[in-house]
Amino acid sequence: MRWRRIRAIALKEAIQIRRDTRSLIIALFMPFMQMILLGYGVSLDIKHLPTCVYDREGSQNSQALLKHFQSSEYFRIVSVLKDYREAKAALDADRCRIVVAIPQDFSQKLSDSGGSSVQVLADASDDNTANIAIGYAHSVVDQFQSDLARGALGFGGSPSLLTQGVDLEERVWFNEDLDSRDYIIPGVVALIMALVGALLTSLTISREWERGTMELLISTPVLPSEVMLGKLIPYFAIGMLDAVFCLVFAVYWFHVPYRGTLFALFLTTALFLVVVLGVGFLISAGIKSQVGASQIAVLVTLLPTSLLSGYAFPIDQMPPLVQGVTYVVFARYYVTILKALFLKGSGLADLMQPVLAMVAYAAVVAFLAGRAFKKRLD
Amino acid sequence: MSPALPPRIEARKLVKRFPGVFAVNEMSFSVGEGEIFGLVGPDGAGKTTVIRLLAGVMPPDSGSATIDGVDVVADPERAKQFLSYMPQRFGLYEDLTVDENIRFYADIFEVAPSIRDQRIGPLLSSFGMAPFQRRLAGQLSGGMKQKLGLICALIHTPRVLLLDEPTTGVDPVSRRDFWKILYSLREQGVTILISTAYLEEAERCTRLALVHQGVMAYCDTPARLRAMMPGKLLNVVSSQARDVQKAIASLPGISGALLMGDRVHVAVDDDGRRIPEIVRVLEEAHIPFEPPVPAEPTMEDLFLALLRERRTSP
Amino acid sequence: MSAVLPEKTDKAGERTEPVLVAEGLVKRFGNFTAVDHVSFRVDKGTIIGFLGPNGAGKSTIIRMLCGLLTPTEGRAFVSGTDVAKDPETVRQHIGYMSQKFSLYGDLTVMENLRFFGGIYRVPRKVLPERIRFAVTMAGLDGRENALVSTLAGGWKQRLALGCAILHRPPVLFLDEPTSGVDPESRRRFWDLIHALSGEGVTIVVSTHYMDEAEYCDLLALINRGQLLALESPTALKKRNLGGTLLSIECADIGKALHLLEGQPGLLDLAAFGNAVHALIDPARTTPEQLFALLSGAHVPVDHIVPIEPSIDDIFVRMVGEARESQEGEPGRRAG
Repeated sequence: MRWRRIRAIALKEAIQIRRDTRSLIIALFMPFMQMILLGYGVSLDIKHLPTCVYDREGSQNSQALLKHFQSSEYFRIVSVLKDYREAKAALDADRCRIVVAIPQDFSQKLSDSGGSSVQVLADASDDNTANIAIGYAHSVVDQFQSDLARGALGFGGSPSLLTQGVDLEERVWFNEDLDSRDYIIPGVVALIMALVGALLTSLTISREWERGTMELLISTPVLPSEVMLGKLIPYFAIGMLDAVFCLVFAVYWFHVPYRGTLFALFLTTALFLVVVLGVGFLISAGIKSQVGASQIAVLVTLLPTSLLSGYAFPIDQMPPLVQGVTYVVFARYYVTILKALFLKGSGLADLMQPVLAMVAYAAVVAFLAGRAFKKRLD
Repeated sequence: MSPALPPRIEARKLVKRFPGVFAVNEMSFSVGEGEIFGLVGPDGAGKTTVIRLLAGVMPPDSGSATIDGVDVVADPERAKQFLSYMPQRFGLYEDLTVDENIRFYADIFEVAPSIRDQRIGPLLSSFGMAPFQRRLAGQLSGGMKQKLGLICALIHTPRVLLLDEPTTGVDPVSRRDFWKILYSLREQGVTILISTAYLEEAERCTRLALVHQGVMAYCDTPARLRAMMPGKLLNVVSSQARDVQKAIASLPGISGALLMGDRVHVAVDDDGRRIPEIVRVLEEAHIPFEPPVPAEPTMEDLFLALLRERRTSP
Repeated sequence: MSAVLPEKTDKAGERTEPVLVAEGLVKRFGNFTAVDHVSFRVDKGTIIGFLGPNGAGKSTIIRMLCGLLTPTEGRAFVSGTDVAKDPETVRQHIGYMSQKFSLYGDLTVMENLRFFGGIYRVPRKVLPERIRFAVTMAGLDGRENALVSTLAGGWKQRLALGCAILHRPPVLFLDEPTSGVDPESRRRFWDLIHALSGEGVTIVVSTHYMDEAEYCDLLALINRGQLLALESPTALKKRNLGGTLLSIECADIGKALHLLEGQPGLLDLAAFGNAVHALIDPARTTPEQLFALLSGAHVPVDHIVPIEPSIDDIFVRMVGEARESQEGEPGRRAG
């Protein structure tokens, strides 16, 4: 391998990217767009959730609690119910997603034992929403409780919440603010990098086939590995730039707290980029049309990353078979790492497993890509 | 060509099959230093394929080829150091400037920067491309693109140039300039193999191979090929050329009567015998005409006559 | 450009109205002038060839005549119909054939013909007869059910022609009709074209093959959107090249070129295999002088003969003249 030729290809590619509006849009504008879209739009935070209340007590205390619910931005009380039958009907008819039921002895218990319980009925057909709603209900009740403790409400005791469904303990542990954005945004960064990186590189070889420049290039003594390296260098630089942009955006715009070391972040991000670019190059070497290559690139990055990387939907809640499939999704390792770095502040030593998995992945992809690109016309 | 010098290009029984057809069927030839070797034939005859085999961008099914003594089939990457290939389709980067393209190929061929800088200036100016150094390649005219292709091909001073229809669709003025450059390269000892779909252009080659259906039918200097032309050709100009054609097409000894605008292009076996017969028939039919005059065979005439002959005597 | 058209009469010997008329046609794409004030008139039954390099403006002119592009300036008429005002009527009166586009490779010969019969709305009564004619003309009898993609170039081309004339258009446009066809098929094709012109079909051909141009009755040389000349191939070849064209056959072409380059009276030089083609100004030099010059420098000359210029030579000369008149200075350059 000759550095001179690698540099020539890298330089050429960089000039072409600079002059190609489409590449520039994908490289610079798409990460921004997606951070905004996924950060705000596809946030798992549920606001103004239609809520019904069934206040069986009708006391000052129960009304104070319901006021807390109403004033929270998460819930919007749509109607007041008179019995459980109505509650079921309301949920079935989709008039509301959650029912808050306050028992007859709410105040009684509160004053007797200093604790009481509230019942939350949620429509679990949307498991995710139900979980999050219950989480919010927790926080509202917590708030009520602390206000009560401070005497803000003018009476004593503290209620506890009786919840149904999945245990929320773990999530709440690392995401105290219960802001799902903190949970999702690190994954969004991985998603964007996978998509942008694979999309850009998937075009690089197929474009040369389509434009007829490849025939001339393969008639020179340049080595396939030189072509591959030369082409990946500028995309690596763009990918790192995008990564920095996304991470800075996550921390300073969405205020996702970052707890890990910068070194670990840089190293794992670079590793992930190598995998992503390698996959893009592999696609490109296999498919000679730009349209085909970009479609495949979107298919192998966007779908698996958004569904199976664990960026929004926890892997451990998936069926065992699907969990097995996620090991093939290269983004899952990076998502795991990013979440650990952001939310737990893990060190590199804690992340050896996903890091090694990515190294292995990178090696396999590089090997396949090197073999897939042939300097031959047929 | 001096037989003492080893051939710069040598093809031995090259075969390339595509589903259903022999694109190249046992082609053998050798080209020496200082030759401009032309491959002529219609599209689909196998010209492009044989050039691709020689350029090492497509492996043959069987047979072998050497470029400057290096086996292209066994060691294509080494052979590529001595050759330059210009594909039929413009192969340079249209979104790079003239200068950027040249530098890119200089780097790919590892031309030392000091030598590269020495070469670029004279190449650009001798090709008349100096004013366009900073223009994007995509914004050049067809003729200028081909010149840029040639500059990039020459930056590493190859010994063999493989040109696949470099002048197709290029305006005649640029085509002439292009051929002047080829002749000056020949002076410098570059061996050139060129394919062309323009039969009249083929006459500019020092040696010519007629390619037909994957087979090299004839291979010789244009003058000697011309001498192989059987029979004679006549032109009969007439204001009623169509009637002339009808009247004489089926006369004995006439193998072809082609209507071309205001004249009929006639192929006869013996002009001394047939001219009086033609004159007699036309006079009897009261068709106005100018006396038949002998015509130089065009490359197309030659090509057709040779192929016809080949078919009748296998 | 003033070009005198040869007077054309139809079979009955009557003067006919021109079938194609272009008056000051201009087409601009942004700042680029693709067609620059082109005018011509073409009579019934004429084969007119538009000759020029790629990008010269040939297809733009043809597309305007077909009503596919609207002229920026000027007017064009096909069989008396203004192409800009009534393109639909124009399209019913023309046939268009381009080797690259027209046929469907995954349909059979018959299916293609029926398809185009439908497209051109050929009356059902006459369609079978017209299809039969097309099949026979293409030499495809017995192969009606073959897939078009399996046919060789020459057959495809003749079939494409058959499809283009199913509706018996009075005007036929052929865009690069013989590219990719072997010389024998090409000659057969031109026989068909001449037969059609004999029946009164006006035929417009675009090509960048100079030798193909010789088949046409009338040639329009197009360069950079301008019409350089409009006359018969024979007349064109008689045009003054500005000197005498000589073929100098000698053994050492390279040396001969070096010796001749820059000699007084030498207007142009080109190498042709074993010969140098030299355009000389007879007032300033003679074949004898050149012979002496070369022999004196030990370049043996086999012979020097005057030769008839090719259409290519004429084209180059005229492009040069057009440049000189535009730029006001001679456009000579050395290679």
